[in-house]
This record gives sequence, structure tokens and C-alpha cells, in this order.
Amino acid sequence: MKLTGAQIFIECLKREGVKTVFALPGGVVLKIFDTLHQQKDIEIILTRHEQGAGHMAEGYAKATGKAGVCLVTSGPGMTNVITALADAYMDSVPLVCFSGQVPTSLIGNDAFQEADNVGLSRPCTKYNFLVKDVNDLAATIKEAFYIATTGRPGPVLVDIPKDVSMAEAEFSYPNSVSIRGYNPTYEGNKWQIKQAAEAITKARKPILYVGGGVVFSGASQELLELAEMTQIPVDMTLMGLGAFPGEHPLSLGMMGMHGTYEANMAVHYSDLVIAVGSRFDDRVTGKVSEFCPHAKVIHIDIDPTSIRKNIHVDVPIVGDCKTVLRELNQILRATVNGEQKELRKPWWNQIQAWRQAHPLTYQQEKDGPIKPQQVVKRLYELTKDRDPIVSTDVGQHQMWAAQYFKLAKPNRWLTSGGLGTMGFGFPAAMGAQAAFRNRLVLCIAGDGSIQMNMQEMATAVVSKLPVKIIILNNRFHGMVRQWQDLFYSGRYASSDLENTPDFVKLAEAYGAVGLRADKVADLDSVLRKAIETEGPVIVDIPTYRFENCYPMIPAGGCNHEMILEDPPELKQKQAGGKNVTPEDKDTVLTA
Amino acid sequence: MEHIISVTVENKFGVLSRVAGLFSGRGFNIESLSVAPTLDPSMSQMTIVTSGDERIIEQIVKHLNKLIDVIKVVDLNETEFVSRETAIIKVHTKDADRAEALRIVDIFRANVIDSTTSTYTIEVSGDPKKIEAIINLLQPLGIKDLVRTGRVAVAREPVRPVSVQTKKVARE
Repeated sequence: MKLTGAQIFIECLKREGVKTVFALPGGVVLKIFDTLHQQKDIEIILTRHEQGAGHMAEGYAKATGKAGVCLVTSGPGMTNVITALADAYMDSVPLVCFSGQVPTSLIGNDAFQEADNVGLSRPCTKYNFLVKDVNDLAATIKEAFYIATTGRPGPVLVDIPKDVSMAEAEFSYPNSVSIRGYNPTYEGNKWQIKQAAEAITKARKPILYVGGGVVFSGASQELLELAEMTQIPVDMTLMGLGAFPGEHPLSLGMMGMHGTYEANMAVHYSDLVIAVGSRFDDRVTGKVSEFCPHAKVIHIDIDPTSIRKNIHVDVPIVGDCKTVLRELNQILRATVNGEQKELRKPWWNQIQAWRQAHPLTYQQEKDGPIKPQQVVKRLYELTKDRDPIVSTDVGQHQMWAAQYFKLAKPNRWLTSGGLGTMGFGFPAAMGAQAAFRNRLVLCIAGDGSIQMNMQEMATAVVSKLPVKIIILNNRFHGMVRQWQDLFYSGRYASSDLENTPDFVKLAEAYGAVGLRADKVADLDSVLRKAIETEGPVIVDIPTYRFENCYPMIPAGGCNHEMILEDPPELKQKQAGGKNVTPEDKDTVLTA
Repeated sequence: MEHIISVTVENKFGVLSRVAGLFSGRGFNIESLSVAPTLDPSMSQMTIVTSGDERIIEQIVKHLNKLIDVIKVVDLNETEFVSRETAIIKVHTKDADRAEALRIVDIFRANVIDSTTSTYTIEVSGDPKKIEAIINLLQPLGIKDLVRTGRVAVAREPVRPVSVQTKKVARE
């Protein structure tokens, strides 16, 4: 029996086990929407902006580990979703994006709402397709899902011209895919793994540096076994949070620009860095030439281009984290004896000393303004038993969430790491909520970021996605302000938002619930109320405006040279309580 | 250092822009690039001349391998190879110069492939040094037009010991 392109599209999605598509219609994809409308197996979540659709698919993918799917129209639909594709590409999120295209006969004619979708998305997708013949559609979709979810995952775009979705073809879905230029390596080189095991048994001050690869590969259990067996401390990257239990005694928390003191010191003074599914990003390494200067480096990653891109590696292992760690554990089990604790004692004593010297800290006065860290900390303590999924936007609030929200399991942490996309958090949370309707999904946002995809509140209300948004509201682009305070003589160039909308009223305008906590004393009760509320909630929490996020490694600085608190002159300025006046002295120089 | 990288790719639309986009997007250098179908028409062969230190060349090779349409990547500098480039040069020739132009063509084993009363069009193949040399000699005559193909290269076959070769010949 012959099916239309649109029907083939739906059949393919069903075979791939897709339950939810985040979508926004337009002229050239009407046939697909019309066909989707007449079936019940796949749920359509109609977003208010294509960027929202893309981020929702990302959130869905990060929470489930399966490919997220979004569907947009040609031209502006495509250009709007580009940010989400670029974000997914940077953070290795499996995503399949379907875009409409003008009929094949009009391609290249500057037709209405035409854009070169394949050309636009080429640098920010793992691969992309333009389907010119309906007979190729099924095989192309199969390949798209295969490429998106295997190897180092990433976004794939399938561009479907209008006439292809209308035309008819015999439907047959291929059972398997074989692409001669694409054969990801899963098994690590055995000799190299042996080298790694040897280095681990010899090392006195080793450290595990784990990233998002562990989460995507589902290697948390193997990682836990490795760490416990060898008593090696674990540093996590921003993307790796949740890969290892945050409250575990072996966890040093997050490392990098705003990582904990002990995490950064440990990596700097270690003699063996075991990088697992992480890519030595500049926000982690700081000054590359002085990153872990005394250490041998083992690097386990499925993407060969990640290895030796930034850092010299002594033992490179290309392979899937889970497979490689399993094999590594097997070798170590035979060689490692029960004396690891004893052996590691001097190293752990050192780490404990660092921990005690500079723990994460902030001062919350009882009657003073609410400190943002206090909000995250209380939110964590109030919700940790419910195993929540937490998303963030980008900026100070993101770093505080990373520092104080100690996740116990993987796939609970949705954040934009590589691209640093403000406006990511809320739609990503909705995507996760769409996958897990009964779970608690929190979105920790800043007042700047949340306004970048606020329109999706309409989607949350209509599609019944009860995400709880907690806005740390300092009426600043806080991280920009922090940099300006530290490196630009306190001149707040375009970082002061002066006034933000009344988020409580805004929530109500959308038909959601809005709450506010003004005083420290109200914090717990308001957060509790938000969690107990059934639908989507915005909690607006005005916080101390000038709080800065520490520790901080200035861009290009060394990992052991952290700024741990406000410099004296900044403290003085803030204690004066006066509004900061721009200093004029070197305006010309920096202009 | 200059490297010649031989890349076998799928012969389909958009592949060239993926390869070119990789170089421009990551700030790698392309000195020349030539591409044409192979014996198997479903594949194309690219010869890319690039430069960079060891670390950069390693990244270039890895990133090329990572492209889904790339089937095989060989850094020819890791083996022995032969390379050739062709140039087509159109030269102004006044009466007195016509003989000189032909002499230069002769010295470089080049060919005249088109001729008018006032021009010769000369085809020359060889390594880039040879091409540079003939250009230098022809320049005083007046070069009207110059096109170069960029280099193509192939790895040398390993040379077998003489005794083995004769045996084989004898058997045949």
C-alpha cells in the first residue's frame, strides 16, 4: 500500500518509539501536521516559538537519554530553531529536528519562507539531510535517528520539502543502517586500558574528572564502582553533574571556573588525571599550559577529536565510557587490594584540608535580603527526597545551582554548558516534564534568562506541564555584572535591568500561579507551596543584588589561583550601600 | 609544515561544503584542494594541501574522519608519495618572443595546446617547483592568464626486492 510522505514520517517516528513531538506549524509542513492531527500515538506539544521547541526536545533527550524530536516550518521556523541545534551540538544532545522546505521545484528561487536549511544548520548539526524524493524518506529518517543517538550523540536535521510530504511511496522501514563513513568506536583499545590500569595503581594523587559523556553513556554505576574500589576523588564538570552522587564522600563537586576549592586544587596538584567523557573545555582548564602540570593524563572519550584537542594526553582511549570503564574495572579488580584507603590517606588528608580551608560559603543575615545561595540550598533540602529534575538557565544562578544542588543520579540535570544559552532552562524543563508527567521538575532561572523564552508559559499552561520556576531575581544580568565589578572597574554597561516585570502577575496573566518570597522567613513556606501546587508556578524571589559567585577562576587563570571572595575595594563599595557610579578615568582606554 | 591529505568521500551534493566548512569553521588552512570522482563513481577523491604543526594536522585528520561523508583519510606525509600539479598558461608572444617561448616549452617538457598570432597557451605538469620555474621564465614575455589545478597526489607502492620481482615476471 502506498503512503504519503506525511504518513511515512509518522510511521517512522512510531517505529523509533517517539511519543512526543515539540512542534510549531507553518505553510510547508501543513500536510504533516494534518496527518499528525488524525492519529493518537504521538503527542504534539505546540510551542510558542521554535527555539522553545528545540530546547524542549533537548530537555526531553537529556532526561530520558532518548532522541528528542522537534518539527518546525521552513524559513523563520528554521532560523529560530538554530540556537537549539547549536546548543545540542555543543552539549552532545541526541536530537532529530524535522524542518519543512518549499517544494523542490521552488528551491533556490527565493520562494516565500525559503531558507537554505541544510546550509544554515551545517556547522551546528552532527549531520543533515535534504530529502528530495519521497522514496528516500523512510531510510533517511532511520539514518537520522541512528546518527543522532550513536557515537557521540548530537543533533540531526531532516529537511522535508512540501511536495515530498504530499507525494506517495511504498513504505518499508529498514531494519538496520550501514553508513560506510560512520563507524563509531565503542570498545577501547585493550592495551591502552591496561596502561590506564597500571597508571591508576601506581598513582599517589589521582583524580577522576568526569563529564557529560558518563551521563549519555549510562556509565554512572561503573564510575561509582571504579571510584569506590580505588578510593579516587571525583571532580565533575558542569555537564557531568549527577553522573556521580553529589553527596558521596568521594565527590568533590564541580570543578572549573566556579568549581569548589578542593575540586580545583585537587586537579592542579594531582599526579594522575583520569578524564572520562569530558573534553577539557576552557571553562574547566583555565590556562591550558598550567592545567594539572604535575599529572599524567588518561582520557576516555568516544570522540577522537576531543582527545589531544586542548591538552596533551598520555593514555588516550577512544571508546564508550561504559564499555571502557567496565573493562578497566575488571582489570583493577584483580590487581587492587583492600589497602586502597590506607594508600590514599595522605592524598585524602590534603583534600580534607582544602575542603576545610575554603568550603562553599555565603552569609545569610536573618533580616537581610535573601541570598541566592540560600534559595538554592533550601530548595535542594526541601525537594531532595522527591528526586527532582532540575534545569537552569545560564549565569550566576546556574553556577549556584551547580554548587548547592547536589544531584544523586544522572539525567536529572538540564543545563546549557557549551553554548551557554540563556532561555534554555524553562523549555528544557518542560521537555523533561513532558517525558515524566508525574515527576517534580524545577527550573532555577535568573530574571534575565527567563525573559528570553517567557512565551512558553502559554505552552506550559495549555499542555499541562507543571514546571516550577524559581527566579533568583536581582534585576541584573548578574554574571555580566560580576565580571564588570571584578574586571571593568564596576562600570555596569548594559547589565542593569533596572526593572523586571511583575513575575507574579505575569504568571497569572498566562493562567499559571505566581508566588513571591520577600523575606528569608517566608522562603520555606513559599517554596513548599510552589512544590505542592498542581500546575506551573513562577516563584519570584528578589535576592541581594550584588552577590557574587565564588570561587572564581578568572578567564585564562590557573586552577589553583581562585578568587574566593569579593576583593576589599568591592566590599567597601557595596558596604557603602550607595548606587555605584561609573568611574570615568579610563573610559577612553577601554572604549 | 605542509601536509598533503588524501580524502575519499561520498560522491554526493554538499560534501565539498562540509569539508570546506570544517576547515573554515575551525580555522584550519587550505592551500589547495582538488576533487574528482574515483573509479567507483559513488566516491570522490579529494587531495587537500594544508599546513600546521603536528597537533593541528592530527586534529585535521581526526575531524575529517569524523565527517560522516568521509570514508577514508590518509595523511600522505606519513608515507612516500608522488604529487603533480598542472598549470595552463596563456602567454603574449611578439614576433621575436615566439621562438623563445617554444624553447622554454621544450625545456620543461610542456605542451602548446592553443596558439594564435599573438599568444601561446601552454600546458605544463610537474611538482610545484617546476611550475614556479616555468612561470618565472615566461613572465618576461608577458603572462596573460594563468590557472593551476592544485596538487593531486598518491602514495607510492612499496618497492619489492628485485629477486622477488623477477620470479614473478618469470612465472607470467
